[in-house]
Amino acid sequence: MKILSKIYMTLIFIFLYAPIFVLIVFSFNNSKSRIVWSGFTFKWYFRLFENQDILYAFYNTLIIASVSAIIATVLGTAAAVGITKSKKWQKKLIMNITNLPMVNPEIVTGVSLMIFFVFMYNIFGIFKPGLITLICAHTTFCVPYVILSVMPKIKQMDYHTYEAAQDLGCNPIRAFAKVVIPQIMPGIITGMIMSFTMSIDDFVISYFVGGTVQTLPIAVYSMTRKIVSPEINALSSVLFITVFVLLIVINLRQAKDEKITK
Amino acid sequence: MKRKIKIKLNLLPYVLWMTLFVLVPLMLIIAFAFTTPEGTFTFNNIIYATKYSAVFGRSIVFGAIATLICFIIGYPMAYFISKTKIKYQSIFIMLLMIPMWTSFLLRTYAWMTILEYNGLLNKVISFFGFEKINMINTPGAIILGMIYNFLPYMILPIYTALSKMDKRVIEAAQDLGANKLKIFKKIIFPLSLSGVISGVTMVFVPSVSTFVISKMLGGGSILVIGDLIEMQFLGNSYNPYLGSAISLILMIIILICMGIMNQLEDNSGGRKATK
Repeated sequence: MKILSKIYMTLIFIFLYAPIFVLIVFSFNNSKSRIVWSGFTFKWYFRLFENQDILYAFYNTLIIASVSAIIATVLGTAAAVGITKSKKWQKKLIMNITNLPMVNPEIVTGVSLMIFFVFMYNIFGIFKPGLITLICAHTTFCVPYVILSVMPKIKQMDYHTYEAAQDLGCNPIRAFAKVVIPQIMPGIITGMIMSFTMSIDDFVISYFVGGTVQTLPIAVYSMTRKIVSPEINALSSVLFITVFVLLIVINLRQAKDEKITK
Repeated sequence: MKRKIKIKLNLLPYVLWMTLFVLVPLMLIIAFAFTTPEGTFTFNNIIYATKYSAVFGRSIVFGAIATLICFIIGYPMAYFISKTKIKYQSIFIMLLMIPMWTSFLLRTYAWMTILEYNGLLNKVISFFGFEKINMINTPGAIILGMIYNFLPYMILPIYTALSKMDKRVIEAAQDLGANKLKIFKKIIFPLSLSGVISGVTMVFVPSVSTFVISKMLGGGSILVIGDLIEMQFLGNSYNPYLGSAISLILMIIILICMGIMNQLEDNSGGRKATK
Protein backbone atom coordinates (compact mmCIF):
# COMPACT_ATOMS: atom_id res chain seq x y z
CA MET A 1 0.00 0.00 0.00
CA LYS A 2 2.79 2.40 0.93
CA ILE A 3 4.64 1.81 -2.33
CA LEU A 4 1.42 2.06 -4.29
CA SER A 5 0.62 5.46 -2.79
CA LYS A 6 4.15 6.66 -3.50
CA ILE A 7 3.85 5.63 -7.15
CA TYR A 8 0.45 7.30 -7.38
CA MET A 9 1.73 10.58 -5.92
CA THR A 10 4.73 10.55 -8.23
CA LEU A 11 2.51 10.03 -11.26
CA ILE A 12 0.26 12.94 -10.31
CA PHE A 13 3.24 15.23 -9.79
CA ILE A 14 4.67 14.15 -13.16
CA PHE A 15 1.31 14.96 -14.74
CA LEU A 16 1.37 18.42 -13.11
CA TYR A 17 4.99 19.25 -13.88
CA ALA A 18 5.63 17.58 -17.25
CA PRO A 19 4.15 20.41 -19.35
CA ILE A 20 6.09 23.06 -17.43
CA PHE A 21 9.25 20.97 -17.78
CA VAL A 22 8.69 20.68 -21.55
CA LEU A 23 8.31 24.46 -21.83
CA ILE A 24 11.49 25.15 -19.90
CA VAL A 25 13.57 22.56 -21.76
CA PHE A 26 12.53 23.87 -25.16
CA SER A 27 13.34 27.45 -24.17
CA PHE A 28 16.99 26.36 -24.54
CA ASN A 29 16.41 24.72 -27.92
CA ASN A 30 18.51 26.08 -30.76
CA SER A 31 15.94 25.72 -33.52
CA LYS A 32 12.40 27.07 -33.67
CA SER A 33 11.00 23.56 -33.45
CA ARG A 34 8.90 22.75 -30.40
CA ILE A 35 9.53 19.03 -30.81
CA VAL A 36 13.01 18.36 -32.19
CA TRP A 37 16.00 19.11 -29.99
CA SER A 38 18.83 20.78 -31.92
CA GLY A 39 21.37 22.06 -29.46
CA PHE A 40 21.56 24.33 -26.44
CA THR A 41 21.19 28.10 -26.68
CA PHE A 42 20.36 31.18 -24.64
CA LYS A 43 19.32 33.18 -27.69
CA TRP A 44 15.58 33.17 -26.97
CA TYR A 45 16.27 34.82 -23.65
CA PHE A 46 18.26 37.57 -25.39
CA ARG A 47 15.53 37.95 -28.02
CA LEU A 48 12.97 38.13 -25.24
CA PHE A 49 14.72 41.08 -23.64
CA GLU A 50 14.89 42.83 -27.01
CA ASN A 51 11.21 42.30 -27.82
CA GLN A 52 9.65 45.75 -27.33
CA ASP A 53 6.05 44.49 -27.14
CA ILE A 54 6.85 42.01 -24.42
CA LEU A 55 8.93 44.50 -22.45
CA TYR A 56 6.17 47.08 -22.67
CA ALA A 57 3.57 44.52 -21.57
CA PHE A 58 5.86 43.48 -18.72
CA TYR A 59 6.22 47.10 -17.65
CA ASN A 60 2.41 47.54 -17.66
CA THR A 61 1.97 44.33 -15.69
CA LEU A 62 4.42 45.46 -13.02
CA ILE A 63 2.80 48.89 -12.67
CA ILE A 64 -0.71 47.44 -12.48
CA ALA A 65 0.34 44.72 -10.03
CA SER A 66 2.21 47.12 -7.71
CA VAL A 67 -0.43 49.86 -7.66
CA SER A 68 -3.37 47.49 -7.25
CA ALA A 69 -1.56 45.44 -4.61
CA ILE A 70 -0.92 48.62 -2.59
CA ILE A 71 -4.49 49.92 -2.92
CA ALA A 72 -5.91 46.45 -2.17
CA THR A 73 -3.70 46.13 0.91
CA VAL A 74 -4.75 49.51 2.32
CA LEU A 75 -8.46 48.95 1.60
CA GLY A 76 -8.36 45.34 2.75
CA THR A 77 -6.47 45.99 5.98
CA ALA A 78 -8.80 48.83 6.96
CA ALA A 79 -11.80 46.69 6.08
CA ALA A 80 -10.48 43.67 8.01
CA VAL A 81 -10.05 45.83 11.12
CA GLY A 82 -13.56 47.22 10.61
CA ILE A 83 -15.18 43.84 9.97
CA THR A 84 -13.88 42.15 13.11
CA LYS A 85 -15.30 44.97 15.23
CA SER A 86 -18.67 45.39 13.54
CA LYS A 87 -22.05 43.88 14.38
CA LYS A 88 -22.87 40.34 13.36
CA TRP A 89 -25.34 41.12 10.57
CA GLN A 90 -23.00 43.74 9.11
CA LYS A 91 -20.16 41.26 9.24
CA LYS A 92 -22.25 38.66 7.44
CA LEU A 93 -23.35 41.08 4.75
CA ILE A 94 -19.86 42.38 4.12
CA MET A 95 -18.35 38.88 4.03
CA ASN A 96 -20.96 37.90 1.45
CA ILE A 97 -19.98 40.86 -0.74
CA THR A 98 -16.33 39.90 -0.21
CA ASN A 99 -17.03 36.36 -1.39
CA LEU A 100 -18.91 37.49 -4.50
CA PRO A 101 -15.88 38.10 -6.75
CA MET A 102 -14.36 34.85 -5.46
CA VAL A 103 -17.31 32.60 -6.32
CA ASN A 104 -18.44 34.38 -9.47
CA PRO A 105 -16.90 32.98 -12.66
CA GLU A 106 -14.00 35.16 -13.76
CA ILE A 107 -15.55 35.74 -17.17
CA VAL A 108 -18.70 37.19 -15.57
CA THR A 109 -16.62 39.49 -13.35
CA GLY A 110 -14.70 40.51 -16.46
CA VAL A 111 -17.67 41.29 -18.68
CA SER A 112 -19.62 42.97 -15.88
CA LEU A 113 -16.70 45.32 -15.26
CA MET A 114 -16.34 45.87 -19.00
CA ILE A 115 -20.01 46.87 -19.31
CA PHE A 116 -19.62 49.11 -16.26
CA PHE A 117 -16.50 50.89 -17.56
CA VAL A 118 -17.94 51.36 -21.06
CA PHE A 119 -21.18 52.63 -19.54
CA MET A 120 -19.35 55.10 -17.26
CA TYR A 121 -17.17 56.24 -20.13
CA ASN A 122 -20.13 56.87 -22.42
CA ILE A 123 -22.10 58.79 -19.81
CA PHE A 124 -19.56 60.55 -17.58
CA GLY A 125 -16.42 60.32 -19.68
CA ILE A 126 -14.49 58.59 -16.89
CA PHE A 127 -12.95 55.09 -16.81
CA LYS A 128 -11.64 54.98 -20.36
CA PRO A 129 -10.51 51.35 -20.81
CA GLY A 130 -6.79 51.24 -20.11
CA LEU A 131 -4.39 51.35 -17.18
CA ILE A 132 -6.89 52.94 -14.78
CA THR A 133 -9.64 50.42 -15.43
CA LEU A 134 -7.11 47.57 -15.17
CA ILE A 135 -5.92 48.86 -11.80
CA CYS A 136 -9.51 49.22 -10.52
CA ALA A 137 -10.44 45.72 -11.71
CA HIS A 138 -7.31 44.09 -10.27
CA THR A 139 -7.75 45.87 -6.95
CA THR A 140 -11.32 44.57 -6.81
CA PHE A 141 -10.41 40.90 -7.16
CA CYS A 142 -7.36 41.25 -4.87
CA VAL A 143 -8.99 42.92 -1.83
CA PRO A 144 -10.85 39.79 -0.68
CA TYR A 145 -7.54 37.91 -0.44
CA VAL A 146 -6.00 40.68 1.66
CA ILE A 147 -9.00 40.59 3.99
CA LEU A 148 -8.80 36.81 4.30
CA SER A 149 -5.11 36.91 5.21
CA VAL A 150 -5.34 39.90 7.60
CA MET A 151 -8.47 38.85 9.52
CA PRO A 152 -6.97 35.82 11.28
CA LYS A 153 -4.10 38.01 12.50
CA ILE A 154 -6.53 40.53 13.98
CA LYS A 155 -8.38 37.72 15.74
CA GLN A 156 -5.10 36.47 17.19
CA MET A 157 -4.14 39.96 18.33
CA ASP A 158 -4.61 41.04 21.93
CA TYR A 159 -7.04 43.95 21.74
CA HIS A 160 -6.03 45.13 25.21
CA THR A 161 -2.64 46.29 23.93
CA TYR A 162 -4.47 48.81 21.73
CA GLU A 163 -6.48 50.05 24.71
CA ALA A 164 -3.36 50.15 26.88
CA ALA A 165 -1.57 52.34 24.34
CA GLN A 166 -4.49 54.74 24.41
CA ASP A 167 -4.55 54.76 28.23
CA LEU A 168 -0.87 55.62 28.16
CA GLY A 169 -1.62 58.69 26.11
CA CYS A 170 -1.49 57.65 22.46
CA ASN A 171 -4.21 59.06 20.25
CA PRO A 172 -6.18 56.32 18.40
CA ILE A 173 -4.35 56.80 15.10
CA ARG A 174 -0.92 56.65 16.73
CA ALA A 175 -1.96 53.66 18.81
CA PHE A 176 -3.19 51.94 15.66
CA ALA A 177 0.04 52.64 13.78
CA LYS A 178 2.36 51.73 16.65
CA VAL A 179 0.52 48.84 18.26
CA VAL A 180 -1.98 47.23 15.88
CA ILE A 181 -0.10 47.46 12.57
CA PRO A 182 3.09 45.74 13.81
CA GLN A 183 1.05 42.87 15.24
CA ILE A 184 -0.89 42.20 12.03
CA MET A 185 2.05 42.94 9.72
CA PRO A 186 2.67 39.29 8.68
CA GLY A 187 -0.93 39.05 7.44
CA ILE A 188 -0.63 42.36 5.59
CA ILE A 189 2.57 41.30 3.83
CA THR A 190 1.15 37.90 2.87
CA GLY A 191 -1.98 39.57 1.51
CA MET A 192 0.11 42.01 -0.48
CA ILE A 193 2.30 39.31 -2.01
CA MET A 194 -0.81 37.29 -2.86
CA SER A 195 -2.42 40.31 -4.52
CA PHE A 196 0.73 40.99 -6.46
CA THR A 197 1.01 37.45 -7.83
CA MET A 198 -2.73 37.23 -8.57
CA SER A 199 -2.57 40.49 -10.47
CA ILE A 200 0.48 39.39 -12.48
CA ASP A 201 -1.20 36.12 -13.40
CA ASP A 202 -4.66 37.44 -14.25
CA PHE A 203 -5.71 37.06 -17.85
CA VAL A 204 -9.48 36.71 -18.14
CA ILE A 205 -10.50 39.91 -16.35
CA SER A 206 -7.69 42.00 -17.88
CA TYR A 207 -8.66 40.72 -21.32
CA PHE A 208 -12.11 42.30 -20.99
CA VAL A 209 -11.28 45.57 -19.22
CA GLY A 210 -7.86 46.38 -20.68
CA GLY A 211 -8.94 48.06 -23.92
CA THR A 212 -5.83 48.30 -26.06
CA VAL A 213 -3.38 48.17 -23.14
CA GLN A 214 -1.46 44.90 -23.12
CA THR A 215 -0.42 43.09 -19.97
CA LEU A 216 1.95 40.16 -20.04
CA PRO A 217 -0.77 37.46 -19.99
CA ILE A 218 -2.62 39.28 -22.79
CA ALA A 219 0.61 39.44 -24.81
CA VAL A 220 1.15 35.72 -24.17
CA TYR A 221 -2.40 34.97 -25.28
CA SER A 222 -2.04 36.89 -28.52
CA MET A 223 1.30 35.14 -29.13
CA THR A 224 -0.29 31.72 -28.75
CA ARG A 225 -2.98 32.73 -31.27
CA LYS A 226 -0.37 33.62 -33.92
CA ILE A 227 2.89 32.05 -35.03
CA VAL A 228 4.60 30.76 -31.95
CA SER A 229 8.17 31.66 -31.17
CA PRO A 230 10.35 30.00 -28.51
CA GLU A 231 10.61 33.42 -26.86
CA ILE A 232 7.36 32.46 -25.20
CA ASN A 233 9.10 29.42 -23.68
CA ALA A 234 11.88 31.66 -22.40
CA LEU A 235 9.27 33.98 -20.95
CA SER A 236 7.48 31.12 -19.22
CA SER A 237 10.72 29.89 -17.66
CA VAL A 238 11.46 33.37 -16.33
CA LEU A 239 7.93 33.66 -14.92
CA PHE A 240 8.04 30.16 -13.46
CA ILE A 241 11.29 30.86 -11.61
CA THR A 242 9.89 34.20 -10.33
CA VAL A 243 6.72 32.60 -9.00
CA PHE A 244 8.73 29.71 -7.56
CA VAL A 245 10.94 32.11 -5.58
CA LEU A 246 7.96 34.23 -4.44
CA LEU A 247 6.10 31.14 -3.23
CA ILE A 248 9.08 29.87 -1.31
CA VAL A 249 9.38 33.28 0.35
CA ILE A 250 5.68 33.22 1.30
CA ASN A 251 5.99 29.69 2.66
CA LEU A 252 9.09 30.46 4.68
CA ARG A 253 7.32 33.49 6.14
CA GLN A 254 4.30 31.41 7.10
CA ALA A 255 6.52 28.72 8.63
CA LYS A 256 8.27 31.42 10.64
CA ASP A 257 4.94 32.88 11.78
CA GLU A 258 3.74 29.48 12.92
CA LYS A 259 6.89 28.97 14.92
CA ILE A 260 6.45 32.37 16.59
CA THR A 261 2.79 31.78 17.44
CA LYS A 262 3.63 28.34 18.79
CA MET B 1 -19.50 56.52 20.60
CA LYS B 2 -16.23 57.82 19.28
CA ARG B 3 -14.92 54.31 18.64
CA LYS B 4 -18.08 53.36 16.76
CA ILE B 5 -17.66 56.14 14.23
CA LYS B 6 -14.04 55.27 13.67
CA ILE B 7 -14.92 51.65 12.91
CA LYS B 8 -17.42 52.71 10.29
CA LEU B 9 -14.78 54.95 8.72
CA ASN B 10 -12.51 51.92 8.41
CA LEU B 11 -15.09 50.02 6.45
CA LEU B 12 -16.41 52.88 4.36
CA PRO B 13 -13.79 52.93 1.55
CA TYR B 14 -14.04 49.18 1.13
CA VAL B 15 -17.83 49.14 1.06
CA LEU B 16 -17.89 51.99 -1.45
CA TRP B 17 -15.27 50.28 -3.61
CA MET B 18 -17.06 46.93 -3.64
CA THR B 19 -20.42 48.58 -4.34
CA LEU B 20 -18.99 50.48 -7.27
CA PHE B 21 -16.92 47.66 -8.80
CA VAL B 22 -18.83 44.52 -7.82
CA LEU B 23 -22.49 45.25 -7.10
CA VAL B 24 -23.14 47.97 -9.69
CA PRO B 25 -21.50 45.97 -12.53
CA LEU B 26 -23.52 42.88 -11.62
CA MET B 27 -26.71 44.94 -11.61
CA LEU B 28 -25.74 46.31 -15.01
CA ILE B 29 -25.46 42.72 -16.30
CA ILE B 30 -28.98 42.02 -15.08
CA ALA B 31 -30.25 45.31 -16.53
CA PHE B 32 -28.57 44.75 -19.90
CA ALA B 33 -29.94 41.21 -20.09
CA PHE B 34 -33.45 42.64 -20.16
CA THR B 35 -33.01 45.68 -22.39
CA THR B 36 -32.86 46.33 -26.11
CA PRO B 37 -30.14 48.53 -27.62
CA GLU B 38 -32.79 51.30 -27.64
CA GLY B 39 -33.21 50.97 -23.91
CA THR B 40 -36.65 49.38 -23.64
CA PHE B 41 -37.52 46.32 -21.57
CA THR B 42 -37.42 42.98 -23.37
CA PHE B 43 -37.25 39.23 -22.86
CA ASN B 44 -35.84 38.70 -26.35
CA ASN B 45 -32.20 38.46 -25.19
CA ILE B 46 -33.03 35.59 -22.87
CA ILE B 47 -35.19 33.90 -25.50
CA TYR B 48 -32.45 34.32 -28.08
CA ALA B 49 -29.87 32.95 -25.67
CA THR B 50 -31.85 29.74 -25.20
CA LYS B 51 -31.22 29.01 -28.90
CA TYR B 52 -27.70 28.16 -27.80
CA SER B 53 -28.90 25.39 -25.50
CA ALA B 54 -26.59 22.92 -27.28
CA VAL B 55 -23.60 25.07 -26.27
CA PHE B 56 -24.87 25.31 -22.70
CA GLY B 57 -25.40 21.57 -22.58
CA ARG B 58 -21.92 20.89 -23.95
CA SER B 59 -20.27 23.20 -21.40
CA ILE B 60 -22.11 21.58 -18.52
CA VAL B 61 -21.21 18.08 -19.75
CA PHE B 62 -17.54 19.03 -20.24
CA GLY B 63 -17.44 20.70 -16.83
CA ALA B 64 -19.15 17.76 -15.15
CA ILE B 65 -16.82 15.17 -16.73
CA ALA B 66 -13.74 17.22 -15.82
CA THR B 67 -15.03 17.62 -12.25
CA LEU B 68 -15.79 13.93 -11.90
CA ILE B 69 -12.35 12.87 -13.17
CA CYS B 70 -10.68 15.47 -10.94
CA PHE B 71 -12.54 13.96 -7.99
CA ILE B 72 -11.64 10.38 -8.93
CA ILE B 73 -7.92 11.09 -9.30
CA GLY B 74 -7.77 13.93 -6.75
CA TYR B 75 -9.33 12.19 -3.76
CA PRO B 76 -6.69 9.42 -3.47
CA MET B 77 -3.98 12.04 -3.93
CA ALA B 78 -5.35 14.15 -1.06
CA TYR B 79 -5.76 11.01 1.05
CA PHE B 80 -2.19 9.82 0.42
CA ILE B 81 -0.75 13.27 1.16
CA SER B 82 -2.65 13.42 4.45
CA LYS B 83 -1.16 10.02 5.35
CA THR B 84 2.47 11.15 4.95
CA LYS B 85 4.58 12.57 7.77
CA ILE B 86 3.54 16.09 8.83
CA LYS B 87 6.81 17.71 7.82
CA TYR B 88 6.50 16.33 4.27
CA GLN B 89 2.87 17.36 3.93
CA SER B 90 3.63 21.07 3.62
CA ILE B 91 6.23 20.31 0.94
CA PHE B 92 3.73 18.28 -1.08
CA ILE B 93 1.12 21.01 -0.72
CA MET B 94 3.61 23.59 -1.96
CA LEU B 95 4.44 21.32 -4.89
CA LEU B 96 0.72 21.26 -5.71
CA MET B 97 0.47 25.02 -5.50
CA ILE B 98 3.44 25.96 -7.65
CA PRO B 99 1.79 24.96 -10.96
CA MET B 100 -1.35 26.77 -9.82
CA TRP B 101 0.57 30.01 -9.54
CA THR B 102 2.29 29.62 -12.90
CA SER B 103 0.52 31.33 -15.77
CA PHE B 104 -2.30 29.01 -16.78
CA LEU B 105 -2.07 30.31 -20.35
CA LEU B 106 1.46 28.99 -20.57
CA ARG B 107 0.55 25.66 -19.02
CA THR B 108 -2.30 25.25 -21.49
CA TYR B 109 0.01 26.32 -24.27
CA ALA B 110 2.41 23.59 -23.16
CA TRP B 111 -0.38 21.05 -23.66
CA MET B 112 -0.85 22.43 -27.18
CA THR B 113 2.73 21.49 -28.00
CA ILE B 114 2.32 18.09 -26.37
CA LEU B 115 -1.00 17.13 -27.98
CA GLU B 116 -0.40 18.49 -31.50
CA TYR B 117 -0.54 16.06 -34.40
CA ASN B 118 3.23 16.37 -34.79
CA GLY B 119 3.63 16.99 -31.07
CA LEU B 120 5.61 15.26 -28.36
CA LEU B 121 3.02 12.66 -27.41
CA ASN B 122 2.55 11.51 -31.00
CA LYS B 123 6.35 11.40 -31.32
CA VAL B 124 6.44 8.95 -28.44
CA ILE B 125 3.50 6.98 -29.85
CA SER B 126 5.06 6.65 -33.30
CA PHE B 127 8.42 5.78 -31.72
CA PHE B 128 6.80 2.67 -30.30
CA GLY B 129 5.41 1.86 -33.72
CA PHE B 130 1.82 2.88 -33.22
CA GLU B 131 -0.33 4.98 -35.49
CA LYS B 132 -0.45 8.74 -34.68
CA ILE B 133 -3.63 9.83 -32.93
CA ASN B 134 -5.47 13.06 -33.59
CA MET B 135 -5.68 14.53 -30.09
CA ILE B 136 -5.77 18.31 -30.33
CA ASN B 137 -9.01 20.10 -31.25
CA THR B 138 -11.14 17.32 -29.75
CA PRO B 139 -13.49 17.43 -26.75
CA GLY B 140 -11.03 15.11 -25.00
CA ALA B 141 -8.25 17.68 -25.30
CA ILE B 142 -10.48 20.40 -23.81
CA ILE B 143 -11.47 18.17 -20.88
CA LEU B 144 -7.82 17.20 -20.33
CA GLY B 145 -6.94 20.91 -20.22
CA MET B 146 -9.62 21.49 -17.59
CA ILE B 147 -8.46 18.54 -15.48
CA TYR B 148 -4.86 19.64 -15.71
CA ASN B 149 -5.54 23.26 -14.80
CA PHE B 150 -8.02 22.68 -12.00
CA LEU B 151 -6.92 19.40 -10.38
CA PRO B 152 -5.10 21.19 -7.50
CA TYR B 153 -8.35 23.02 -6.66
CA MET B 154 -9.90 19.60 -6.00
CA ILE B 155 -6.98 18.14 -4.05
CA LEU B 156 -6.33 21.07 -1.69
CA PRO B 157 -9.76 21.40 0.00
CA ILE B 158 -10.10 17.61 0.34
CA TYR B 159 -6.64 17.47 1.89
CA THR B 160 -7.60 20.25 4.32
CA ALA B 161 -10.74 18.39 5.39
CA LEU B 162 -8.84 15.11 5.78
CA SER B 163 -6.00 16.60 7.79
CA LYS B 164 -8.37 18.44 10.15
CA MET B 165 -10.17 15.20 10.94
CA ASP B 166 -10.13 14.07 14.56
CA LYS B 167 -7.97 10.91 14.51
CA ARG B 168 -9.56 9.67 17.75
CA VAL B 169 -12.85 9.03 15.92
CA ILE B 170 -11.06 6.58 13.64
CA GLU B 171 -9.32 4.93 16.60
CA ALA B 172 -12.65 4.58 18.35
CA ALA B 173 -14.14 2.89 15.29
CA GLN B 174 -11.17 0.51 15.17
CA ASP B 175 -11.61 -0.31 18.84
CA LEU B 176 -15.25 -1.04 18.19
CA GLY B 177 -14.25 -3.54 15.52
CA ALA B 178 -14.82 -1.75 12.21
CA ASN B 179 -12.62 -2.87 9.32
CA LYS B 180 -10.69 -0.48 7.08
CA LEU B 181 -13.31 -0.32 4.34
CA LYS B 182 -16.07 0.32 6.82
CA ILE B 183 -14.06 3.05 8.54
CA PHE B 184 -13.52 4.76 5.22
CA LYS B 185 -17.15 4.47 4.16
CA LYS B 186 -18.70 5.41 7.48
CA ILE B 187 -16.22 7.91 8.93
CA ILE B 188 -13.43 9.21 6.72
CA PHE B 189 -15.46 9.88 3.58
CA PRO B 190 -18.44 11.53 5.29
CA LEU B 191 -16.12 13.75 7.32
CA SER B 192 -14.19 14.82 4.21
CA LEU B 193 -17.38 15.62 2.31
CA SER B 194 -17.17 19.36 3.02
CA GLY B 195 -13.78 19.36 1.28
CA VAL B 196 -15.20 17.39 -1.63
CA ILE B 197 -18.05 19.86 -1.99
CA SER B 198 -15.79 22.90 -2.12
CA GLY B 199 -13.41 21.03 -4.43
CA VAL B 200 -16.25 20.23 -6.79
CA THR B 201 -17.38 23.87 -6.88
CA MET B 202 -13.84 25.14 -7.33
CA VAL B 203 -13.31 22.84 -10.33
CA PHE B 204 -16.78 23.04 -11.85
CA VAL B 205 -17.15 26.85 -11.86
CA PRO B 206 -13.96 27.66 -13.80
CA SER B 207 -14.42 24.61 -16.08
CA VAL B 208 -17.93 25.50 -17.11
CA SER B 209 -17.06 29.16 -17.73
CA THR B 210 -13.67 28.89 -19.46
CA PHE B 211 -13.02 30.16 -22.94
CA VAL B 212 -9.23 30.03 -23.03
CA ILE B 213 -8.93 26.25 -22.75
CA SER B 214 -11.54 25.61 -25.41
CA LYS B 215 -9.91 28.13 -27.74
CA MET B 216 -6.40 26.78 -27.30
CA LEU B 217 -7.03 23.04 -27.11
CA GLY B 218 -10.31 22.93 -29.03
CA GLY B 219 -9.09 25.05 -31.91
CA GLY B 220 -12.09 27.37 -31.64
CA SER B 221 -14.37 24.89 -33.43
CA ILE B 222 -15.97 23.43 -30.30
CA LEU B 223 -18.01 26.25 -28.74
CA VAL B 224 -18.62 26.46 -24.99
CA ILE B 225 -20.46 29.13 -22.93
CA GLY B 226 -17.27 31.09 -22.33
CA ASP B 227 -16.63 31.39 -26.07
CA LEU B 228 -20.20 32.53 -26.58
CA ILE B 229 -19.89 35.29 -23.99
CA GLU B 230 -16.49 36.35 -25.25
CA MET B 231 -17.84 36.62 -28.82
CA GLN B 232 -20.60 38.99 -27.69
CA PHE B 233 -18.15 41.37 -26.00
CA LEU B 234 -14.87 41.22 -27.90
CA GLY B 235 -15.58 39.08 -30.95
CA ASN B 236 -17.15 39.80 -34.31
CA SER B 237 -20.74 39.60 -33.12
CA TYR B 238 -20.63 42.51 -30.67
CA ASN B 239 -23.85 42.40 -28.65
CA PRO B 240 -23.44 43.14 -24.92
CA TYR B 241 -27.20 42.72 -24.41
CA LEU B 242 -27.19 39.10 -25.56
CA GLY B 243 -23.83 38.64 -23.82
CA SER B 244 -25.33 39.83 -20.54
CA ALA B 245 -28.27 37.48 -20.94
CA ILE B 246 -25.89 34.54 -21.49
CA SER B 247 -23.78 35.61 -18.50
CA LEU B 248 -26.91 35.80 -16.37
CA ILE B 249 -27.92 32.28 -17.44
CA LEU B 250 -24.39 31.06 -16.67
CA MET B 251 -24.59 32.55 -13.18
CA ILE B 252 -27.99 30.93 -12.63
CA ILE B 253 -26.69 27.53 -13.82
CA ILE B 254 -23.80 27.80 -11.38
CA LEU B 255 -26.08 28.88 -8.54
CA ILE B 256 -28.37 25.89 -9.19
CA CYS B 257 -25.41 23.49 -9.28
CA MET B 258 -24.02 24.91 -6.04
CA GLY B 259 -27.48 24.65 -4.48
CA ILE B 260 -27.67 20.98 -5.45
CA MET B 261 -24.22 20.37 -3.98
CA ASN B 262 -25.15 22.03 -0.69
CA GLN B 263 -28.33 19.97 -0.59
CA LEU B 264 -26.26 16.81 -1.08
CA GLU B 265 -23.99 17.81 1.78
CA ASP B 266 -26.95 18.41 4.08
CA ASN B 267 -28.75 15.19 3.17
CA SER B 268 -25.93 12.69 3.27
CA GLY B 269 -22.56 12.91 4.91
CA GLY B 270 -22.62 16.17 6.76
CA ARG B 271 -25.56 15.32 8.96
CA LYS B 272 -24.90 11.60 9.28
CA ALA B 273 -21.37 12.19 10.46
CA THR B 274 -22.38 14.61 13.14
CA LYS B 275 -25.23 12.44 14.41
